[in-house]
Amino acid sequence: MDTLTTNRISALFEQRSERLLNVYFTAGFPHLDDTRTVLRGLQDAGVDLVEIGMPYSDPVADGETIQQSNGVALDNGMSIKTLFAQLAGCREEITVPILLMGYINPVLQYGVENFCRMCRQVGVDGVILPDLPLDLFLAEYAPVFREYGILNVHLITPQTTDERIRFIDQESDGFIYMVSSASITGSVKGISDGMRTYFERIEAMNLRNPRLIGFGISDQETFNTASQYANGAIVGSAFIRHLQDHGTSAESIRSFVQTIRP
Amino acid sequence: MQDTIDTQASFAVSDTGFYGRFGGAFIPEMLYPNVEELRQNYLSIIADPSFQAEFWQLLEDYVGRPTPLFLAKRLSAKKGATIYLKREDLCHTGAHKVNNTIGQILVAQRLGKKRIVAETGAGQHGVATATVCALMGLECIVYMGAIDMERQKPNVDRMRMLGATVVPAKSGSQTLKDATNEAMRHWINNPVDTHYIIGSVVGPHPYPDMVARFQSVISQEVRQQLLAKTGRENPDYMVACVGGGSNAAGAFFHFLHEPSVRLVAAEAAGMGVSSGHSAATTALGKPGVLHGSRTILMQTDDGQVTEPYSISAGLDYPGIGPLHAHLFDSGRGDFYAITDDEALAAGFELSKLEGIIPALETAHALAALDKMSLKADDVVVVCLSGRGDKDLSTYSKHL
Ligand SMILES: Cc1ncc(COP(=O)(O)O)c(C=O)c1O
Repeated sequence: MDTLTTNRISALFEQRSERLLNVYFTAGFPHLDDTRTVLRGLQDAGVDLVEIGMPYSDPVADGETIQQSNGVALDNGMSIKTLFAQLAGCREEITVPILLMGYINPVLQYGVENFCRMCRQVGVDGVILPDLPLDLFLAEYAPVFREYGILNVHLITPQTTDERIRFIDQESDGFIYMVSSASITGSVKGISDGMRTYFERIEAMNLRNPRLIGFGISDQETFNTASQYANGAIVGSAFIRHLQDHGTSAESIRSFVQTIRP
Repeated sequence: MQDTIDTQASFAVSDTGFYGRFGGAFIPEMLYPNVEELRQNYLSIIADPSFQAEFWQLLEDYVGRPTPLFLAKRLSAKKGATIYLKREDLCHTGAHKVNNTIGQILVAQRLGKKRIVAETGAGQHGVATATVCALMGLECIVYMGAIDMERQKPNVDRMRMLGATVVPAKSGSQTLKDATNEAMRHWINNPVDTHYIIGSVVGPHPYPDMVARFQSVISQEVRQQLLAKTGRENPDYMVACVGGGSNAAGAFFHFLHEPSVRLVAAEAAGMGVSSGHSAATTALGKPGVLHGSRTILMQTDDGQVTEPYSISAGLDYPGIGPLHAHLFDSGRGDFYAITDDEALAAGFELSKLEGIIPALETAHALAALDKMSLKADDVVVVCLSGRGDKDLSTYSKHL
């Protein structure tokens, strides 16, 4: 089976390439058993991709909001093992592409091959592992990911050189995650002129992969701006705050998604 | 650094930053440009004659190097071997940490950086960083665990007096690991004008190698001094405590490829290795990735980093540098786990026998002497990494 053509992420971008909305939430937050509820809520609210955070004790690329949600989820007993158990069977009702986002150490302890096999089994389509840089991924893990048809999505930032962006584009499948500014999650407010210049620069590079912009996307305005320069955007911290304040009901999630992309 | 190291041998770092299977640069893309800039430039900067001249001048005139190699006669008599103390406690600011901060501030200047960020546990590295920032007129921000700020208050005041901004790290266990996370986040947020001065041989490549090179002055001097005093360059044992492992890396550096020298590392066992309150990384840890390198770290079966504990803030860290993971893994080093009580006793013992109050970190290295089977003709060098002034309030509870 040619897994790349059947991967839900790739299929999505073949069908649609504008104003795609990817929403991040932390597995097991606010309560251990909320994972499936939130996943279903996001699908019902019409989001295009879902990024499920695998909580970690030391999330260095994340700001306070996501750090705290990680801490709560770990206190709730969340683990990769539990997450796979929660996701088992989800493909009977969930059709949106699913990405798992997290840090490399828990994946290493779970076992990279086991991890990829379980992703495949429960219907996860791709992963984002920010502290597994492309070079080390290619040197050690790319064949296993390919064998199980799991995409590994890579990040670029305003400081990434053109040469490295070309390299990342060459080695990526699915989409490229454009970090909007040099920052950790949840610390950016709005979209500055400097960011627009960077977005334009990347747009002009005509990369082979579609792009989603993340970090600092928190409302309709920022979503619209990002969507002018890329295929869509990723919302994380703003949704975590919303779950915290307004709960995980279908109603609550729908109203949040409405504020981003009415 | 003036001596050449055999880069063919297996304890030197590889081009991609590995010591055996440990090391590398496991960093998010946000940090890639900073780390890559450093990686591409650190060796040529260090090799440059102007750097060398300024570095050695500062080590001599500002830090007070070479530090003495002191024959501790009463301690030797008690332990039944010839024991020398490498007096890093006599460095300006009171510990070996300044060897590294002098080197890194000169690198930062040559990279055109305007601001320095650092993490600190005991506050010794923070003080050493604030000191060189004052010396060079650079802005300095130090992250320190909120709990460590309480237990090492004099060092917080010293940093502030030196003009640094001390920011409490309030996440996680509020100790060194969390201060390191916060410093890394700060660096991600300020990638262009900021240099991160890591305080130990940890972090992504090239940090472990760069810090080891700056600390290698310790073993470079030991060889010369031992030769002058005893007619031989190599001791039978080189002993040092390991938090992240920078004083140990410096003390071991020029002996790594001398198989006749046993390298002895003392880790903090806290209340006991199996007590659940420990920082004995090699005894309790497994391979994994922490703060940008593959190393041995204390973690749960699910790969969550565990909170370490030690009476000594400078050893209260769940990992060790990748070089030390390799020394452990390959059997090149002997690792001993020293409890709080053993360290305290060794600290009191040295004070009374030799008139030297060691840092609590250093006291762990001294306590390792009792675990080794020393022979009368053994020559042992202990790296006396720091002085105990900062620990008086802890010591005084046990007087
Ligand atoms: C005196 C002293 N020794 C040792 C250490 C531990 O650090 P390292 O293992 O990097 O030498 C510290 C850290 O604060 C220290 O202050």
